[in-house]
Amino acid sequence: MGNYDKPRGRFHVGAALRAFIAVLNMSNLRTPLYQWHVDHKARMVPFGGWDMPVQYAGITAEHKAVRSAAGLFDISHMARVSIGGPDALSFLEGVFTNSVATMKNDQVRYGLVCNERGGILDDILVYRWPYGYSVVVNASNRPKILAWFEQHRVGKNIEMVDQTDRTAMIAVQGPKSVELVAGLFDNDVSKLKYYYATPTLYCRQPCVVSRTGYTGEDGFEVIVSNELALSLWSEFVTRGAVPCGLGSRDTLRLEAAMPLYGHELNEDVNPIQAGLGWAVKLDKGEFIGRAALAASDPTKPVRVGLEIEGKRAAREGSPLLDADGKPAGSITSGSFCPWLDKSLAMAYVRPELASVGTPLDVDVRGSTLHATVIPLPFYKRTK
Amino acid sequence: MSNPADLRYSPSHEWAKLEGDVVTVGVTAFAIEQLTEPTFLELPAVGKAVAAGKAFGIIESVKSTSDLNSPVAGTVVERNELLLEDKAKKRAPDLSLVNDDPFGKGWMVKIKLAPGATLDHLLTAAQYDAQLASEGH
Repeated sequence: MGNYDKPRGRFHVGAALRAFIAVLNMSNLRTPLYQWHVDHKARMVPFGGWDMPVQYAGITAEHKAVRSAAGLFDISHMARVSIGGPDALSFLEGVFTNSVATMKNDQVRYGLVCNERGGILDDILVYRWPYGYSVVVNASNRPKILAWFEQHRVGKNIEMVDQTDRTAMIAVQGPKSVELVAGLFDNDVSKLKYYYATPTLYCRQPCVVSRTGYTGEDGFEVIVSNELALSLWSEFVTRGAVPCGLGSRDTLRLEAAMPLYGHELNEDVNPIQAGLGWAVKLDKGEFIGRAALAASDPTKPVRVGLEIEGKRAAREGSPLLDADGKPAGSITSGSFCPWLDKSLAMAYVRPELASVGTPLDVDVRGSTLHATVIPLPFYKRTK
Repeated sequence: MSNPADLRYSPSHEWAKLEGDVVTVGVTAFAIEQLTEPTFLELPAVGKAVAAGKAFGIIESVKSTSDLNSPVAGTVVERNELLLEDKAKKRAPDLSLVNDDPFGKGWMVKIKLAPGATLDHLLTAAQYDAQLASEGH
């Protein structure tokens, strides 16, 4: 391992401030691959303070490429923060709902950062290294989480460095991903187990490769220095990976029923409601939000999956009605899903309406569509 | 992209082509580029009266849902049946026509102009180009 994840110096306030100011000014941040996206006719949209590609050739084709072969995503907008020092473990245990102490070296773990009420501030990944930790945070939550960490590190001997600005992150996703990474890195990353990572070298420069993703497919996510981002991206394209934008990333994660912050997750829902109780370890010791989550109100709305009759999409915010015409909840994400060829949605409904098979009506701009609660995830890859 | 000079345009990205007293209507290539590939289309029934600037249908993609506005006042006399499901023949709607050829095979409806109705309020290709440019496209 080179120097990528070794924390250096104190936490860099400047990076968080710059990200925040960029959001305020509407002058968006650009990844090292920005020019490539523009040159290759990507449609660029603002997302979480960044200018990101939403699609190249088309969302449906990109979605299908990931399910059937391999797609390539620029996810450099995700915030990458390294955390080290003698108190790093106890700090992370205090701000993360999942267990950190039980992680093995090179393991990656999903969990939530909650406030005292148990409301979700973000969903993040924690990487455990022999010498410290890294966390990957949603782009839109970068200023908030950095400020939250800064507030809760008081009295702890840790070092925290925001690495986002000097690194890129590239995801290659799909059944052909293993073929596409062959020989690219010093380590044989095809041997990585799911949700494990390894520090390795790309072109003799340090990088991190993890077997993780946000599409429901096998795949890898690579954190590499800005200088090598274009080279790695182009190599994947040459090897046949199809460039994919945030549009297909969204439909892929919806089919895989992965929650998205700002849609299924926000500060007014807790992980139990969101169906993420598996990522909350109440017995691991004290952490922020633990008391509230231990006493979570079982009558609060819960996240469910819905299949909508026909091909119309039920969009976020569409109200749901039960069989008696009473308010049942509302849609948080919904789209026509290209691979399953169905209109699918995620929603929060009253717990008594959450059983599989429950019929509901969705009010889509005045027309009523019939929906049925179906099991999550909608899509599960065959291993 | 080029917007054909012989068509007229609405600010909401529909196009209209007058032949006799019948206007063929579709959406522009720009609309499709913004919407991304259509996944669902709802068109008015033949015989329905439509008003200029008022919604007469719905178009959806994986990303968004948009109203289709009638560029002119009149009565729907024909629909592009290839864009609609034919339950009897078990034929699925072919929305790739809209995606691939929005100014041609992807036409949506034909509207017989209401008495006295014209296309004069619609934008010319040059004016529509200018609108897109002013919106930063």
